[in-house]
Amino acid sequence: MSTTHKPTLAVWKFASCDGCQLSILDLEDELLTLAGAVEIAEFHEATSHNVAGPYDLSLVEGSITTEHDAQRIQEVRRVSKTLVTIGACATAGGVQALRNFADVADFTAAVYASPEYISTLATSTPISAHVKVDFELHGCPINKHQLLEVVSAFLRGRKPAIASTSVCTECKRRGIVCVTVAHGTPCLGPVTHAGCGALCPAYNRGCFGCYGPMEAPNTGALVPLLRSQGLDEAGVRRVFQTFNAAAPAFREVVEP
Amino acid sequence: MSERRTIRTDYLARVEGEGSFSVQIDGGRVEQAELRIFEPPRFFEALLRGRSFTEAPDITARICGICPVAYQTSSMNAMENLCGVEVSEATRTLRRLLYCGEWIESHALHIYMLHAPDFLGYSGAVELARDAPQIVERGLQLKKAGNELMRLVGGREIHPINVRVGGFYRAPSKQELAPLVQPLERAREAAIETVRWTAGFDFPQHEVECELVALSHPDDYAIERGRICSDRGLDISASEYTEHFEEEHLERSTALHSRLRERGTYLCGPLARYSLNHAQLSPLARELAREAGLGETCRDPFRSIIVRSVELVYACDEALRLIDSYEEPDVPAVEVRPRAGSGHGASEAPRGLLYHRYRVDADGMILEAQIVPPTSQNQQAIEDDLCGVVQQNLELSDERLQGLCEQTIRNYDPCISCATHFLRLEVTGR
Repeated sequence: MSTTHKPTLAVWKFASCDGCQLSILDLEDELLTLAGAVEIAEFHEATSHNVAGPYDLSLVEGSITTEHDAQRIQEVRRVSKTLVTIGACATAGGVQALRNFADVADFTAAVYASPEYISTLATSTPISAHVKVDFELHGCPINKHQLLEVVSAFLRGRKPAIASTSVCTECKRRGIVCVTVAHGTPCLGPVTHAGCGALCPAYNRGCFGCYGPMEAPNTGALVPLLRSQGLDEAGVRRVFQTFNAAAPAFREVVEP
Repeated sequence: MSERRTIRTDYLARVEGEGSFSVQIDGGRVEQAELRIFEPPRFFEALLRGRSFTEAPDITARICGICPVAYQTSSMNAMENLCGVEVSEATRTLRRLLYCGEWIESHALHIYMLHAPDFLGYSGAVELARDAPQIVERGLQLKKAGNELMRLVGGREIHPINVRVGGFYRAPSKQELAPLVQPLERAREAAIETVRWTAGFDFPQHEVECELVALSHPDDYAIERGRICSDRGLDISASEYTEHFEEEHLERSTALHSRLRERGTYLCGPLARYSLNHAQLSPLARELAREAGLGETCRDPFRSIIVRSVELVYACDEALRLIDSYEEPDVPAVEVRPRAGSGHGASEAPRGLLYHRYRVDADGMILEAQIVPPTSQNQQAIEDDLCGVVQQNLELSDERLQGLCEQTIRNYDPCISCATHFLRLEVTGR
């Protein structure tokens, strides 16, 4: 990283809802400070001003679903010193990875009148299936404060302080009454990656796994508990097959 | 001028999602304009099949990170319509309050970060902030107030987690809402300044002709409920939508275009809402609209930035009124039992009318889903407007025409991420 120039930041979008890159613009108190610390060199949603690469830090949102994007991500990797993926689409394929479990021709025909015009891959895959990724930030959507931590860490050349434990630990830390123990509510908290701050339990709702699997989750122990709380087999399948359906630890529950 | 010209931008900046446009000119006449979408398809209508009716709000929220509450609300309206459920007054108040938060953050984003730089000659808000930090900070303050409201009522600002078919998972106490009052009062002041600021921009003389379509409700400026109405006499319930609207495939275009059957192109969004319902704005918002020189209707897409600013004032005003009138309910949600049939729901996303239709079986499993976002509905109007704007400004250089075309498209605040799963895609190897 040059000492005379500000480090360059690039933001890239693949198949996604734009929500994770919107998190950058949602950093209302820190946005202008961030814009002062880095040169925003590529960020289509925010500016029509672009600077040619290479870039010191690339943030990548979205999953790979077309041949064109499979080629484009190679180019993004080539011009990026550090590449960080943000959100469930980029880290696990996103909700659109449900196509991986179906016949994509049926999917296309269900949405479009003339499916022959649609060019799409049969799968939605995370960025890490295509190129080397330096760090993955999970969440659907990501937590903007964690994003700021990741950007700050990479700019200073240190490891981001992002816990890879479960949502359960966040509930305990916040002193939230366990919705499973107290109310018998089905909850993916024990197997889900921390980061949201135990949002759903704080609103009397069971976690539905939007941050994807934690490191080494014990899904085998959770499934019988979910069944005893009234979820049938299809219900268990659906709860693991939503926003992080293609993450290996969640996919294994459905396709052992 | 008799030569052939093509005005184009291959990757539109400062819009949500990935799109491009081209305008063909031959012998001094605009032949056609095309707004192209190259964002990859995500197949929401297909992946909703086989999911429970209770999952539609969470899943459809992921269509758009900028207006998730719109998707959640239209889907809940559709499911409650299908199941024959009336939600409580407190639920309605909270839903409208949450929706005001989304209007505030989305309008503030569009006005300050995406649209105003066009009028002021900047490439984006970060560049604008170098010369006028206090202006950008005002926009960020507004956005923050909207986001705080969404975070408190919805749990988080992007893809809120607290909403459900029938109501909420947890209804906040009246006391919990109190900390929102001061930021919203400050945001209202910032919104008033926003109207005065945008009213001072330079606007070309320009109006569109097409029919204007928005929800209308006798009791309030329609946001989360209402009938689908137009300035030319359309007045239908959401369940009649498919009888009156059609999607047509034009050979020259890769997109499906929404049209009113036997009536043609229409426009939804802030201009339509204001023109149909402006008498229901709060007195303060009406007064500012008058001060800004808006009449009883507004058909000028360039002035949509003023209309959005007036709606910002209204959304702050309305959120404060709702917080004041809110009474915590005994139960956060009513029980909803599924039944077989079709349900229809609509609401006013920041960008305009958002229609959902679901067919569900007796166990509550979704058999079929149809989602029509505002950007798809406005695509024809945007392309017609591009033709008109270019025809009127042929004397400009290609570079200036290109900039004017981009501004013309941003006037509509298009959300390409929303439109994608609906529009016909042509993703070539380019």
